[in-house]
Amino acid sequence: MSKATDATIDHFVKQDYKWGFTTDIEQDSLPAGLNEDVIRAISKKKGEPEFMLEWRLGAYRKWRGMEEPRWANLRYPTIDYQSIVYYAAPKSKKDGPKSLAEVDPKLLETYEKLGIPLHERARLAGVAVDAVFDSVSVATTFKAQLEKAGVIFCPFSEAVREHPELVKKYLGTVVPPGDNFFASLNSAVFSDGSFCFVPKGVRCPMELSTYFRINAANTGQFERTLIVAEEGAYVSYLEGCTAPMRDTNQLHAAVVELIALEGAEIKYSTVQNWYPGDENGVGGIYNFVTKRGKAMRRAKISWTQVETGSAITWKYPSVILQGDDSVGEFYSVALSNMRQQADTGTKMIHLGKNTRSTIVSKGISAGHGQNSYRGHVRVARGADGARNFSQCDSLLVGDKCGAHTFPYIDVQNPTAVVEHEASTSKIGEDQIFYLTARGIELQDAVNMIVNGYCKEVFRQLPMEFAVEAQKLLGVSLEGSVG
Amino acid sequence: MDTLLEIKGLRAGVEGREILKGIDLVIRAGETHAIMGPNGSGKSTLSQVLMGRHDYEVTGGSVTYLGKDLLELETHERALEGIFLAFQYPIEIPGVNNVYFLKAAYNALRKHRGEPEIDAMDFLAMVKEKARLLEFEDDFLRRSVNEGFSGGEKKRNEIFQMAMLDPRLAVLDETDSGLDIDALKIVAHGVNSLRRKDNGFLVITHYQRLLNYIVPDFVHVLVDGRIVRSGGKELALELEERGYECVEQHAAA
Ligand SMILES: Nc1ncnc2c1ncn2[C@@H]1O[C@H](COP(=O)(O)OP(=O)(O)O)[C@@H](O)[C@H]1O
Ligand SMILES: [Mg+2]
Repeated sequence: MSKATDATIDHFVKQDYKWGFTTDIEQDSLPAGLNEDVIRAISKKKGEPEFMLEWRLGAYRKWRGMEEPRWANLRYPTIDYQSIVYYAAPKSKKDGPKSLAEVDPKLLETYEKLGIPLHERARLAGVAVDAVFDSVSVATTFKAQLEKAGVIFCPFSEAVREHPELVKKYLGTVVPPGDNFFASLNSAVFSDGSFCFVPKGVRCPMELSTYFRINAANTGQFERTLIVAEEGAYVSYLEGCTAPMRDTNQLHAAVVELIALEGAEIKYSTVQNWYPGDENGVGGIYNFVTKRGKAMRRAKISWTQVETGSAITWKYPSVILQGDDSVGEFYSVALSNMRQQADTGTKMIHLGKNTRSTIVSKGISAGHGQNSYRGHVRVARGADGARNFSQCDSLLVGDKCGAHTFPYIDVQNPTAVVEHEASTSKIGEDQIFYLTARGIELQDAVNMIVNGYCKEVFRQLPMEFAVEAQKLLGVSLEGSVG
Repeated sequence: MDTLLEIKGLRAGVEGREILKGIDLVIRAGETHAIMGPNGSGKSTLSQVLMGRHDYEVTGGSVTYLGKDLLELETHERALEGIFLAFQYPIEIPGVNNVYFLKAAYNALRKHRGEPEIDAMDFLAMVKEKARLLEFEDDFLRRSVNEGFSGGEKKRNEIFQMAMLDPRLAVLDETDSGLDIDALKIVAHGVNSLRRKDNGFLVITHYQRLLNYIVPDFVHVLVDGRIVRSGGKELALELEERGYECVEQHAAA
């Protein structure tokens, strides 16, 4: 690579983390450490019914007997689970804000800085936002409009209190409390998250959105999200995440469960921009997330993720294609720069007949970043006519980074068709020369190439998020012409 | 007359191997020069050195463009100052829309000249007009830059870009190779319609054929990194008849 290109790449790689501010707000938190008393205290603070506490304790007992998985292509020091604070919430006079007017203005300011003013822009954009700050949901906009359509969209803790029958019916049906180490931990200590229920035949009238923000130091964040789309319902859900810059690592272990009943469709998009740590790998979020959906007959679940943040990413949004003719999709852009490590991918479990899945993964490694794609396509014996297409591309920016691909394919039905394509390329000197020879600056040229490379995935995002995602990669929006 | 480009004793190479061994060439406004030469003689190297490709190290000589030291400028600055290179092998940029790319390039030029960004409708009108000139289908414009284009389509796309960016000095590197006769005529027509008193062309070709359609004022023969003969347009015909061997012998003499 030429010097000029290296300089650009350096610049590209070393963009400052703009979301690294902290907010000075009085916190109500529990002491660090985890035991049954802590879980009881969390449950009590949230005013939960008995069944929820029992569920948590059950998960905790399972978790105690489990070991942290180490099979991923990730290197990080041992996590001391007793030094983590499992509950921290902004202090408020009452139990929780009843409306936007009651939300601490400092919090609202934080969201302004994040670029998601709760009132104006959300309204303009027609996005209903649920914002989770550390462990509690602060405000949910658009509630009334959604209620009219019969859609329930509220903080998880509120759902536990107000719709216990729905929570009881669906919670843990896709990711059971003993599923894996991080999911069990989450099941024991989750403090909030979002709940969404779209009744039979209803097309959710707007995009739903959650913004997650870790603020307090030494605090783990454990959101729990549950989305249920009944027969023939449709919902598109967006999730954004940022965190302040801190020089200690923070743990984020979330669980997302999606349930798409017959003929329903759920589109789940994430722009993950947790603090990645600095150039030397100090600080940053450890992101261990379990995301899974279950699609019944003719249902469709689509995951789109743009992962640019976190020091460590361990994340495999998956679809259980349970019903015949169900569809699963996974579109991913994962960028690892500086010392970031990402081990991410998906699982597509074909159980029903004529089930179809598509996987498009675009990894970008820059700086000293390590990017691994890990995918599992399983076709069960009874899944006649199942089809999968996977495309896993890796782009290397510079020569100190790495890209790895671990595709696992397990086909037990002879009528299944599984296709896997993979490519690894270096960002081309030829391409950069071609663009600069047309008067485009190096930085812009690199951005344009990376943006073009990710296009297939960005196209899946709702417009607002696509813009943000492109900005995150230092790219301006592709024109409306043509 | 205005001198656009003055190359003096230019030497350049890669990793210690010299490819250009002292090139002298002057292009004045309003002139079209042709460089002919056998494969491997250094034609593309010259074009890419003029465009500032970092792979090549300039080891001697100078290049002055409109009175400025061209070798001091970065590639994108050269483009912004009005130099255009039509690539021998145009590059594919997957996922980047042709028109979007052109608009970025066009606006970079405007910005450089202190002009505001072009209005989207005006730009589209201009695109349509130039596309007609090159007999481009609309479908072309919607595709990614050069992706899935045939060899001929890529070459036409280069000339289309040139027409959009309207350079002062255009270097065409074997734009004719891989074109059938109809495409060649379209490309030549596109180039000829851009020839003016204030701009200049350096047309690199292996074959005389193109020069029937883009008639040069001067022809230079490049052999092994040196210009061994220069003359009028009739030199091209002589080469066609007698082959490069005669000039190669000439060079050795
Ligand atoms: N980037 C490069 N690295 C190594 N050798 C090169 C490079 N570019 C050109 N050359 C060599 O220089 C000589 C001239 O090449 P080129 O300029 O492409 O010739 P032409 O365009 O006249 O066919 C050839 O021998 C070619 O192999
Ligand atoms: Mg050549």
